[in-house]
Amino acid sequence: MIQVFAFYLFATLVVAAGGLCILSRNPVHSVLWLIFAFFNAAGLMLLCGAEFIAMLLIIVYVGAVSVLFLFVVMMLDIDFAEMRAGFVKYLPAGLLLVVALGAEILIAGSAWRAGGLALSQRTAPTPEEVPNIEALGTLLYTRYLFIFEGAGLVLLVAMIGAIVLTHRIRGGVRQQNIMRQNMRRPQDAIRNVDQPVGQGVEL
Amino acid sequence: MIGLQHYLAVSAILFAMGVFGIFLNRKNIIIILMAIELILLSVNINLVAFSAYLGDLVGQVFAMFVLTVAAGEAAIGLAILVIYFRGRGTIAVDDVNRMKG
Repeated sequence: MIQVFAFYLFATLVVAAGGLCILSRNPVHSVLWLIFAFFNAAGLMLLCGAEFIAMLLIIVYVGAVSVLFLFVVMMLDIDFAEMRAGFVKYLPAGLLLVVALGAEILIAGSAWRAGGLALSQRTAPTPEEVPNIEALGTLLYTRYLFIFEGAGLVLLVAMIGAIVLTHRIRGGVRQQNIMRQNMRRPQDAIRNVDQPVGQGVEL
Repeated sequence: MIGLQHYLAVSAILFAMGVFGIFLNRKNIIIILMAIELILLSVNINLVAFSAYLGDLVGQVFAMFVLTVAAGEAAIGLAILVIYFRGRGTIAVDDVNRMKG
């Protein structure tokens, strides 16, 4: 009973948060609704027993991706009112297409039956009496090791790409040149002057 | 226990909502990226639901890879957005085709 209640709570909230995310006027509010949607989706995943993916969703999406979005939205100085110019114009066609798409997916989903599926042919059956994270880790570090490392490589490439794209060398900034500092000798920098009284020093 | 169909319905609605978001905010590329994140989230819900109901862990492994790609995509997309804004002072997507140089 409590499970049904929790499912409908999370499901309603995730759909509502998704809708508010795409409809909200202020992009900062959009990002916050997106974070809320991720939390509720994590709740949905907890309900069907995928604890590790749920926690990963919160850590990766809320902790990294959403904060990145928030950072960019706040950093760029953009007139967001002008951005919504085509909103009403695109509304009818978009609504039509989306209702058609959603209906298609829903009809296809409800037409689907698992009748002919041979459950004995599962690739990696969920082990009994083993916590979710342990089973997932065992699978990930044995059978899917190379794909896992490939995923790490994807993240590395994304990180290097983001740094290379946004890095810039500023002109007109004084920077320390360590080689020039080390090459400098006292005789280049210091001279002794025997200065007569009453005359200024020439620099 | 909740039926699999319920999860699929939530996922389908979320997916359609993401597509709708791309349509509505055609000028604002930040919201478009967020809508893509919503779409990927719905795919993840789908994968995890199937994984739980068929008792096969591969779905969850796959969901992790989708998560990885989503994180990389957000990072690269926002980096491109930042350099585009630096060069032009606006993020209007209408004239992005000038990027082809």
